[in-house]
Amino acid sequence: MKKAFVPLTIVVAAMFAYAPVLIARADYEATMGLVQKIFYFHVPSWFVMFTAVFICGGASALYLAKGDPRFDRVAASAGEIAVVFGLMGLVTGPLWGRKAWGVWWQWDARLTMALLVELIFVGYLIVRKYGGPGSEKLGAAMAIFGTANVPFVYVSVNIWRTIHPKTTVVPTLAATMAIPFWYSVLAFMLLFTLLMTLRLGLERQRAALDELYLAEDDDV
Amino acid sequence: MYNRIVLALAGVLALAARIAAFQPPAGQNEFVPASSLPPGDQLPAAPLLIAAYAFVWIAVLVYVWSVWRRLKRVEDDMHALQQRMTGGRKESRR
Repeated sequence: MKKAFVPLTIVVAAMFAYAPVLIARADYEATMGLVQKIFYFHVPSWFVMFTAVFICGGASALYLAKGDPRFDRVAASAGEIAVVFGLMGLVTGPLWGRKAWGVWWQWDARLTMALLVELIFVGYLIVRKYGGPGSEKLGAAMAIFGTANVPFVYVSVNIWRTIHPKTTVVPTLAATMAIPFWYSVLAFMLLFTLLMTLRLGLERQRAALDELYLAEDDDV
Repeated sequence: MYNRIVLALAGVLALAARIAAFQPPAGQNEFVPASSLPPGDQLPAAPLLIAAYAFVWIAVLVYVWSVWRRLKRVEDDMHALQQRMTGGRKESRR
């Protein structure tokens, strides 16, 4: 992965540099107009958030089952990235909603559940940082419960009445909107891969430092 | 007794007349698209769009900077520890 890191960084930077051009060329949505273009960054940020949450939850389950610290390192990295991208979704959504719905926020099922998942993972990071010895296992359990919420967030718009658009929007996009949308999704996913590599590198270095401290103690 | 009943009925009728006289204003039964609002009442979309995109960029940059800073701190600690350990071994050999 080390060899691929620099080329991947260049590809991601180029994709993000070209994304505004592609998005500007996309057709305007009939009722919302210009502000609808937030969609091209808002939805991919949730794609990444949910991917990161699933990785965090899966790695946490494996860590609890097998006790291998490598799974814990993957979970910690993915959990942190999930919070960053969840924050992006929670900020860009109200900016879009203010114009489209006339309100910044509505306590409906989709928005409230999305906020709840974000708060669970903020809690996960706090537990890991300040929980003391054994907090990795407590955090892993929290991550599994947080991950279990994600399918409910996704289907909430189809089950309950909310002001948020339904999940049918993406599959029914016109080609002029679908191309920039899936381009953005790919760019965000590559960015996630890049950030995950970077963050995992930090976890590995921390593990190496801990081993050095233990070796020093043995020497003494 | 009869007078009281008449008085009560008159009171009820007066109240009913007042309620009947009070009618809510006719509701607007047509949807008014936001685009037909006067320009002063319309919310500009461009600042919201720019704010959303800027936030995403800033969040990514701040996060990368935070990971880089933590990585540098860990590497500095490792370097210092390695130097201390090699220094300690030299001392013990003497």
